[in-house]
Amino acid sequence: MNAIDRSHAKPAAKLLSGNAACAQGAIDAGCTFFAGYPITPSSEIAERLSTLLPKAGGVFVQMEDEIAAMAAVIGASMGGVKALTATSGPGFSLKQENIGYAAGAEIPCVIVNVMRGGPSTGMPTRPSQADIFQTRYGSHGDYPIIVLAPASAREIYDETIRAFDLAEICRTPVVLLYDQVIAQSSETVSLGGRPPVHATRKWASGSREGYKPYAAGDDLVPPMPRPGDGYRTHTTGLTHSETGFPSQDPETVTRNLGRLYAKLEKHRDLIDSFEAVRCEDADVVIVAIGISARAARRAVDTCRAEGKKVGLFRPITLWPFPEIALREATKHARAVLVPELNIGQLRLEIERLLRDRRVEGLHLISGEPITPAEIAAAATKLASEV
Amino acid sequence: MFRDAPHFDVRDYLRQEMMPHFLCPGCGHGMALRALLWALHELKVDRDKLAVVSGIGCAGRLSAYIDANTFHTTHGRPLAYATGLALARPDLQVVVITGDGDCLAIGGNHLIHACRRNLKLTCLMLNNEIYGMTGGQVSPTTSETRLTTTTPHGNAEPNFDACALATAAGAGFVGREMTRHVPKLKELIKDGLQHPGFAFIEVLSDCTEVYGRKNDMGSSSEMVLRQKSEMRPSAYRDSVDEPFRSTDLPTGILARNTRPEYGAALRAAK
Ligand SMILES: Cc1ncc(C[n+]2csc(CCOP(=O)(O)OP(=O)(O)O)c2C)c(N)n1
Ligand code: SF4
Repeated sequence: MNAIDRSHAKPAAKLLSGNAACAQGAIDAGCTFFAGYPITPSSEIAERLSTLLPKAGGVFVQMEDEIAAMAAVIGASMGGVKALTATSGPGFSLKQENIGYAAGAEIPCVIVNVMRGGPSTGMPTRPSQADIFQTRYGSHGDYPIIVLAPASAREIYDETIRAFDLAEICRTPVVLLYDQVIAQSSETVSLGGRPPVHATRKWASGSREGYKPYAAGDDLVPPMPRPGDGYRTHTTGLTHSETGFPSQDPETVTRNLGRLYAKLEKHRDLIDSFEAVRCEDADVVIVAIGISARAARRAVDTCRAEGKKVGLFRPITLWPFPEIALREATKHARAVLVPELNIGQLRLEIERLLRDRRVEGLHLISGEPITPAEIAAAATKLASEV
Repeated sequence: MFRDAPHFDVRDYLRQEMMPHFLCPGCGHGMALRALLWALHELKVDRDKLAVVSGIGCAGRLSAYIDANTFHTTHGRPLAYATGLALARPDLQVVVITGDGDCLAIGGNHLIHACRRNLKLTCLMLNNEIYGMTGGQVSPTTSETRLTTTTPHGNAEPNFDACALATAAGAGFVGREMTRHVPKLKELIKDGLQHPGFAFIEVLSDCTEVYGRKNDMGSSSEMVLRQKSEMRPSAYRDSVDEPFRSTDLPTGILARNTRPEYGAALRAAK
């Protein structure tokens, strides 16, 4: 009897670092343009894509700095392709003005920020989670943005694909945020059961007479005019009306900026993502992202084995914050513990969202990851106090 | 007045709904825009396939008036935006409009690397020796001793010769012309648009309002007449190569080579 060949059904597991998983996710999402500037601990993404992209018919370009890289990514996206850049702390700061442009002019693109400690050049080869607010509030003015915070190589792969989907669906920049440990440690990853790529850009079609590039339908996301299709529109970072031309009319400005926020709210089912572990009966819920969440997952097991009712809430979408899910996960909790590699950024947001609850932080700024034992000890102490 | 080609009406190339434009009376930028549109007309460039990318400043505002695919980007960055656009869409004819502050100060790094890379782009730098839009502050091209709102005692910094810089950085095509000679400028822009790599064109323009007035340079026509003699190419004249060393400000095509075009080279390497 012939053996049945099942090799096709069992995708080969590979040893991949988070950065390598990101590069592969970008290719599988249909990204055909990368512009970047080297910086630790993100450079492996650029290095991989310099090989993968030309093979996939795409373009890789190393620009003269991060500002140029961000600008080139936006330029490529305005031309119609899915475009990515990747950087770390100082480089992410340099990109901020143009990230604001992409948010305001509604240009889809994906920006990876592999966090390193700061301020300034800080600790290039050590983990940190200190860019949580920079991802959300780094550019000037009021603007919404989507930030995804995966916690494993496999999740980076999935979330990279989802980042491209959300960028296209919502016509907005999307930031992928993770830390050095997850970026540079290799894990066994099976890319089977990968999420389907369901987003292609909604291009403007139909009459060119009286066409308004920023007139949105029910989903609040205007279709994009593709250069070459004859619409001959104007794109600007200035506040603009539905025509795309600059306007400072108070009502127009208010309506358009309001729509940028409303369009993300409208797509919250697609955007929101989180993991809740044993939260149903938890007295103490740990809220964490990235490497701290992985340590917290172990801490939950330790605490449960000792009979302490501890759970974990892990926002995968960091911004807009999945607050409904957080409230649900902490419904019965008497206290919340936020372990993070910074002086208290995620904790501030949790305090804002759960004002009636005791919220404690566990903050480490030494450049080392927090251990499961440290989190378990803090959670145990907190459980005994509430 | 100069004569346009009989069949060229600049209004056909402008967005009429954007009129009246915001330029001050006598501003040289209007003449530069006219020369660009005239060149595009004579080359029969398909405006559906034309992308104009501009930065921030009075020069940067010009893109909004051109009836094509236009992108008004961030200050100093139009060459970087255009690099992404041109690499993603080699089928488009991409033109960059930038000011001297936009291109040489905040955007100086992007300029030298665009020259070095030699991607097919046409960069028009409108040099009015001043930051016009922000009210007349000193620029890297302001001649020494000139008065500006931030050099009340006279500019103490030597200025750049942008064409010498672009040539040294490897631009495939470098040229300079004045708004005083619009038909010549049009011809130079046509040459630049047809060049198969990066073309840098410096246009000597005039800011009548915040530069000319401050330095008693007279009416806009007087400013145009003194363009070549009053604009100083570089304080470093002795250190640069011919043809930049002459005491006169050289105009016309100043460098031309046929290095491989970057986009094609990238696409060929697999
Ligand atoms: C990052 C940033 N810095 C500063 C400015 C303010 N700004 C606007 S236009 C301009 C100067 C423009 O001068 P130039 O490029 O010479 O063009 P002109 O207005 O003279 O045509 C400056 C500094 C800005 N918009 N963005
Ligand atoms: S301020 Fe100067 S450069 Fe700007 S439009 Fe007026 S004259 Fe032209």
